[in-house]
Amino acid sequence: MTNDMKREFIQAMLNRRQLLQAAGAGTAAVALSGLGSAASAQEKVELTIWAWTPNTQSEIDLFTKAFPNISVKLENAGQGPDEYVKLRNAVRAGTGLPDVGQVEFTNIPGFRQLQALLDMGQYGANDVKDKFIDWTWASASEGDAVYGIPWDSGPMGILYRADVLDAHKIAVPKTWAEFAESSKALSKASPNTYLTNFGGTADGGWVIALLAQAGWKPFELNGTDLKLHLNDAIAKKWAVYWQDLIDANAVGVKTPVWTTDWFTGLDEGTYASWLTGAWGAVFIPQFAKKSNGHWRAAPLPQWEEGKYVSANLGGSTFAVFNTTKHPKEATQLAVFLGSDPETARLWNTKQFLFPVLKDLVADPELMSHKYDLYGGQAVNEIFVESAKHVDSSFQYAPFQDYLAGQVQQELSASIGGKGSLSDAFDRLQEVVSAYCSDQGYTVSQ
Amino acid sequence: MAALKSRTRRYRVSKRLAPYLFLAPFALLFIAFLIAPMVYAFTLAIYKTTVVGGTRFVGAENFVRALSDPKFWQGVTVLLQFALIQIPGMVAVALLIALILDSGTVYAKSFFRVSLFLPYAVPAVIATLIWGYLYGPAFGPFTQLANLLGLPPPNFLTPGMMLPSIANIANWEYTGYQMIIYYAALQAIPADLEEAASMDGASSLIYALKVKLPLIVPMVVVTIIFSIIGSLQLFSEPYLLHNLSPTVINNAYTPNYYAYTLAFTNQQYNYSAAVSFVLGGVTAVISYAFMLIVNRGGRT
Repeated sequence: MTNDMKREFIQAMLNRRQLLQAAGAGTAAVALSGLGSAASAQEKVELTIWAWTPNTQSEIDLFTKAFPNISVKLENAGQGPDEYVKLRNAVRAGTGLPDVGQVEFTNIPGFRQLQALLDMGQYGANDVKDKFIDWTWASASEGDAVYGIPWDSGPMGILYRADVLDAHKIAVPKTWAEFAESSKALSKASPNTYLTNFGGTADGGWVIALLAQAGWKPFELNGTDLKLHLNDAIAKKWAVYWQDLIDANAVGVKTPVWTTDWFTGLDEGTYASWLTGAWGAVFIPQFAKKSNGHWRAAPLPQWEEGKYVSANLGGSTFAVFNTTKHPKEATQLAVFLGSDPETARLWNTKQFLFPVLKDLVADPELMSHKYDLYGGQAVNEIFVESAKHVDSSFQYAPFQDYLAGQVQQELSASIGGKGSLSDAFDRLQEVVSAYCSDQGYTVSQ
Repeated sequence: MAALKSRTRRYRVSKRLAPYLFLAPFALLFIAFLIAPMVYAFTLAIYKTTVVGGTRFVGAENFVRALSDPKFWQGVTVLLQFALIQIPGMVAVALLIALILDSGTVYAKSFFRVSLFLPYAVPAVIATLIWGYLYGPAFGPFTQLANLLGLPPPNFLTPGMMLPSIANIANWEYTGYQMIIYYAALQAIPADLEEAASMDGASSLIYALKVKLPLIVPMVVVTIIFSIIGSLQLFSEPYLLHNLSPTVINNAYTPNYYAYTLAFTNQQYNYSAAVSFVLGGVTAVISYAFMLIVNRGGRT
């Protein structure tokens, strides 16, 4: 990457107006070359797409039915960070990138920093802009430059096992205080049963989302000056809260999330709930042998009674990589998968992905759709409220993967015996400050 | 006369070129897949690219940093412990099986040879996934068996058990391979030695211990050096077990895992290249030290 490109990026991060100018200048040049190489409608075009959602082929089939001259090869290159490692390798190698890839909102800044994303605005992506809920579109674009077509969002909630809670006469916790009480009550009533499993040892993104709900705003980037306060009072309060539950053996910590053991634990009822995004349900049918129909969704517990603050965990976009030979067709694929009404509806009813299209969120039929997995509960009604209460001012770092990795690393170290969770955030502040200084930022607290 | 001269010249030229031609298939691959990547990695290691400030020449800075990086040395220490746990057991078992197979007292010899070698054909990633499932502390088969018998379930993934657990996977993968090497060396021992030994009244046990074993010691030393090098390169096993036990295995658990994280998660490609080079140096020093010790022991 040249210095100029980097400077452009950093400015872009800070100043939307400057970015608009920079993006505008780039657009003209690329558009000319892009149009020349765009395949004609009759030509056979083959595209590769990377995505980790289960059963993605159903939606791809809808696309190839609508665009018979385009064939699409679907590959699963791993979930989240695993896929991003492969993508970054391919960017670095300059070869091997798919045409279209699943990139979470959190990672759009990182891939823009690598200059890896195609601006789909040049190929007409803005035509569908107004269909999308504003913040989702804004998260993956800058002005007319479009770097990702929003696909789903991850308004958080608590997915719980109604059968397990009923059996122990435990009510669904509305506040974090109640959540702590219920956790202790459940593990006391039934040893080796936990209200939830602590996700911090294996999922840094989960920690960051829950901290965002608590109001954590750990960065302020101003030019190359970076204010970093990862171990502020909000983080400490959060750490003390979970440390208390861990010390009381009231939440599971032994089994890391996203492992077979953990999935089995959810199915067996060892863990009676999962604090996650709306998309969490997509994974349940893959392991549910006993728990199908026993799941329910409820709003995320609150720090202050009577208030409703939610958070967004994950949520993805379709991004096109600028190495694609068919930018026009790749954009068509991304736009179609994100905005075609039938496809978008299927993502929700089949894969439980929470929609990002205004029409769908306002559609009473879809919002009251009853899901067998949830024993007939119309869970969209829960998540649509959650989505409305997400604090969208939370900013992702351009080194989001690194940060999530370090969060997971330090929390794991603490649980492995190296101090408390609160100490973990002190170490995190130290390690990330050193990293950012090394990357050339002027870091202050 | 002229024709003869030109023919001799052509003969001489071709004689001079021949060795290079014979070397070419190896040399080209060697340069393309070893020398070139190393040169590339070295050039990476003497520069530093940062988000703010771009790329600049830093000379030895990355190397100096790697040499004084506690995370790097922690990884090396873990692997030396690992080598001490893993290699002796593997060598002993492989030798024992090779001697038994070679002694001719076994039925279905080739069946045992192939089936013991088979795990080596399983990629390390698959092997770790299989063992990771077996080790599963909540629903793994050992745990289920223990629960069934009312015993406390074993935990293979605790801080104390992790290295033995990884060593077990490595043993499963590589013992058969070592065994084949020893077996081949044993097969190469001339049969007249055995005749001579039995004439002198040596039992087959004595023959194995006093004749066969000393003859293949050089082979054993070589395989131990290869195993030491292999141990210091350990990556797939801890990388995959990290998911199962993040509180024990961090992403600097082994130097290669550290280099991987630096490059592909932290995007510190330059420093990662330097760490890889320093690891190469450490490996060379340790292998050389082992050879010195063995040679000195051999002489006295």
